[in-house]
Amino acid sequence: MSTRTQFSGGFQNAPVDAAHAFRAAMTVMARPGEIRHLTGGQPPEPLSVAAETLLLTLCDPDTKVHLAGAADTDAVRHWLTFHTGAPLSAAADADFAVGTWSELGPLSTYRIGTAEYPDRSATLIVECDDLQQAGAVLRGPGIKDTARLNLPDVAALQANAALYPLGCDFFLTCGDRVAALPRSTQISLEV
Amino acid sequence: MNEYNFAYLDEQTKRMIRRAILKGLAVPGYQVPFASREMPMPYGWGTGGVQVSAATLTPEDTFKVIDQGADDTTNAVSIRKFFENTAGVETTEETEKATVIQTRHRIPEAKLREDQIIVYQVPIPEPLRFLEPRETETRKMHSLEEYGLMHVKLYEDISQHGAISTAYAYPVKVSDRYVMDPSPIPKFDNLKLEMDAIQLFGAGREQRIYAVPPHTKVVSLDFEDYPFEATKANHPCDLCGAEDSYLDEVIMDDAGNRMFVCSDTDYCRSRREVGHVGRLAKEDAA
Repeated sequence: MSTRTQFSGGFQNAPVDAAHAFRAAMTVMARPGEIRHLTGGQPPEPLSVAAETLLLTLCDPDTKVHLAGAADTDAVRHWLTFHTGAPLSAAADADFAVGTWSELGPLSTYRIGTAEYPDRSATLIVECDDLQQAGAVLRGPGIKDTARLNLPDVAALQANAALYPLGCDFFLTCGDRVAALPRSTQISLEV
Repeated sequence: MNEYNFAYLDEQTKRMIRRAILKGLAVPGYQVPFASREMPMPYGWGTGGVQVSAATLTPEDTFKVIDQGADDTTNAVSIRKFFENTAGVETTEETEKATVIQTRHRIPEAKLREDQIIVYQVPIPEPLRFLEPRETETRKMHSLEEYGLMHVKLYEDISQHGAISTAYAYPVKVSDRYVMDPSPIPKFDNLKLEMDAIQLFGAGREQRIYAVPPHTKVVSLDFEDYPFEATKANHPCDLCGAEDSYLDEVIMDDAGNRMFVCSDTDYCRSRREVGHVGRLAKEDAA
């Protein structure tokens, strides 16, 4: 295996890989609590495959990306710039942000959309140590009765949901697995 | 198919559409603006639906297109051919076998499954447009959840006709928040809008995408004393005898003879294959 360069780690067959990745991303966003596999390229450290594949699938020169904390390395910057052309930005301007929950910082930093254009809000890709269908109880669009997902910070995410129809949307990534939490999901601790 | 990028559109366009779809799913019923492209077919022929389908399809999908329920009309045939040529996907006329269904103005009679996606072609996505022509105003009305005007319109229906006469594109409220135009499906189909499949809506000329995730609450607007009614022609299908499907009226001659047939051609065919016979089925075969 040759040494890794900033040119490594893109899609092998971009239209087809991106189509598969988007279907997984769309499915989890439409069905909060579901977990799907996401694979595409080989990510630069410390990004997970799932987070990397989401960035390759959704980001381009039209989207500002915020790299939070440990994700903000030269390797990741070069990789993102080469493969997507996405401009890097501060958290407050970002369309997409990637990092662990603690590194992403307070949600109030991110754009939540406007009353007339709630779609103009940030999508956060949260790198998690663990992703499983247990813990907080989810209800709302896309969920038949209830679903469960271990969430990084229930109180902050409940506050985000209370802003509906404004608010951020989340992808939770762990290795090659992904789940999503749109702002429309109501979160509680008990059934 | 090597002449085209997979599914016709370039990757940057697909990413833009995909981002709009994700935001649409996160805010069910809200119309997300998108930079609709010129497609090799005129506006009004499903360019919005085609762009959403192009951004959604994978090579493994089986694709079905219906136009007013029929698989064999010009619009359905040409869009099916378009994706056969540009995406190389399998196509089918059977609702059961399809994974992605693009539709103009109908929801199939067969119950859609969890693993299916239905893409609607939408002419006018804004349910308030004929009541308020200014986009700046309708956007404000949605942001303030100010939908009184729509109820006035339905009320005027009742005062003039004695019933809510809106028969298609019947407005619905999605997830207790946004009033949405379900595209010009007959109101008979409104009850099916709460389904297991993912529903995506694309309006090409008007440049809007919106979505309804599975199991989302969709309520047709009505009044306590004039509740919503999913109506259809009061006949069985003359070919397959179905009493539960939406019917088209077909004029047979200039002497006033007519027949009623299922608008969903696949549903009608599958019923006839298992032996159901309608009033005129024999004559039709002869």
